[in-house]
Amino acid sequence: MSFNNLDQLYRSVIMDHYKKPRNKGSLDENSVTIDMNNPTCGDRIHLTLKINDGLVEDAKFEGEGCSISMSSASMMTEVIIGKKVDDALQLADIFSKMMLGEDYSDKYDLGDVEALQGVSKFPARIKCATLAWKAMERGVQAESK
Amino acid sequence: MNDIRKYFPVLNQEVNGHPLVYLDSAATSQKPTQVLEVLKKYYEFDNSNVHRGVHTLGNRATDSYEGAREKIRKFINANSTEEIIYTRGTTTSINTVAAAYGRANVNEGDEIVITKMEHHSNFIPWQQLAKQQKAVLKFIELEEDGTISLETVRQTITPKTKIVAVTMASNVLGTINPVKEITEIAHENGAITVIDAAQGAPHMPIDVQDIDCDFLAFSGHKMCGPTGIGVLYGKKAHLENMEPIEFGGEMIDFVDLYDSTWKELPWKFEGGTPNIAGAIGLGAAIDFLNEIGLENIAKHEHELVEYAIAEMEKVGGISIYGPLDPSKRCGLITFNLDGVHPHDLATVLDMNGIAIRAGHHCAQPLMKWLQCTATARASFYMYNSKEDVDAFVAGLRMAKEYFNDVF
Repeated sequence: MSFNNLDQLYRSVIMDHYKKPRNKGSLDENSVTIDMNNPTCGDRIHLTLKINDGLVEDAKFEGEGCSISMSSASMMTEVIIGKKVDDALQLADIFSKMMLGEDYSDKYDLGDVEALQGVSKFPARIKCATLAWKAMERGVQAESK
Repeated sequence: MNDIRKYFPVLNQEVNGHPLVYLDSAATSQKPTQVLEVLKKYYEFDNSNVHRGVHTLGNRATDSYEGAREKIRKFINANSTEEIIYTRGTTTSINTVAAAYGRANVNEGDEIVITKMEHHSNFIPWQQLAKQQKAVLKFIELEEDGTISLETVRQTITPKTKIVAVTMASNVLGTINPVKEITEIAHENGAITVIDAAQGAPHMPIDVQDIDCDFLAFSGHKMCGPTGIGVLYGKKAHLENMEPIEFGGEMIDFVDLYDSTWKELPWKFEGGTPNIAGAIGLGAAIDFLNEIGLENIAKHEHELVEYAIAEMEKVGGISIYGPLDPSKRCGLITFNLDGVHPHDLATVLDMNGIAIRAGHHCAQPLMKWLQCTATARASFYMYNSKEDVDAFVAGLRMAKEYFNDVF
């Protein structure tokens, strides 16, 4: 048995985010709170966003789940902090296309998020990766209404 | 038991470049050729609606459909086929009892007693019934090893208790529960019992008259039968007093403009065209199980579990949930591997052709009791072998190495 197939999915940058998550915690004052879970597997995320004047000023998350769902949450917060709300939503759209294996715009520097590309080849794990992004989308949309 | 494998064509394939090792039979079992052929034959030669018309195919379909009911009656030693109701599965069976018996017999202040180890299908119907009827939902607490003590059962059930619902075997802990003794205690207090036999019927002999339970539910697809067919057993005295919950064709006697009467048992609970092929397929599955012998199946699974637990303990860093004494459990093992989330573990195993379950196993309250959000589960059936266990344990070692040493 070799690890080759697994390496497609579990890139070291993913495991780094899993073992040392960025932006872990919870924002308290004036933040948008979103709780989401994946009822089929029990993964859950508690995301807090600080949004002012159409800008995502800060983001933190807490949760429980597999390496894919938690690293994706960590990477997501990293990439959206400092972004405009519209850009954050476009990034969510790009991420969803990436998961479906579709072409996506190269308008943004995705940073570590690119490492999650391999998830698209593991259909059973796509929901793990998209949980945090769905939570972010919901939070941003609620705030900008 | 090794030549049983040849009856299960699905097992003869490679998954991700490795021979398939199917360890998810607690979710659904594979189907033997004997069942697949009966389904094919039914659709190719006998397909027709039941209990209608006088033509030959209709008679053949009806005979097979009702013949399967008799096989089921015998399989669980019910008194009469009037007590065997076809349903969509365990979930529908239990919901039927909650709706048809529960709403008529449970009132404000009454108690419904369940355990902390119930599958959602034997949990939420009672939770919702309690809410609707303003009844009190009570839980039989578990012992530290995930078993039930009869002392706790005696303390929890009171004369106010109307329904006691308990699983025959836990789909997570593997615990086999003393349903006969629990039924006795329930009856002493004037309560009835509802037994969830979804994990029982495929693996161990059942005698409803010996257990003396009032209702018992199971699914065809976990016992070599097709999906979408299940059984509700109920004592005739209860079923006769219950009103149907689904109305329409098939279940009526006389229909007037402003009122109707119902067919006799069991058909008054079988509104609409039933899952005819499913019922016949379940009958074929029961023939198959009888041929192999449930005692032999139970013994084989018992040996596999004992072997697997011993091998898993050698890997190190594995927590096994439920009773460790193999004599107290059925053929499944729920566990966690330190430092590896169950989903990640399931993916690593899948890359090696090994199918296990990861998640909360439709038992979220039990997960809380175990203080984990997710677990991994390997479940065995008659067609699994020691070689399957070896492949599984090799996969565990690989996952351990990959996640703990590579990164």
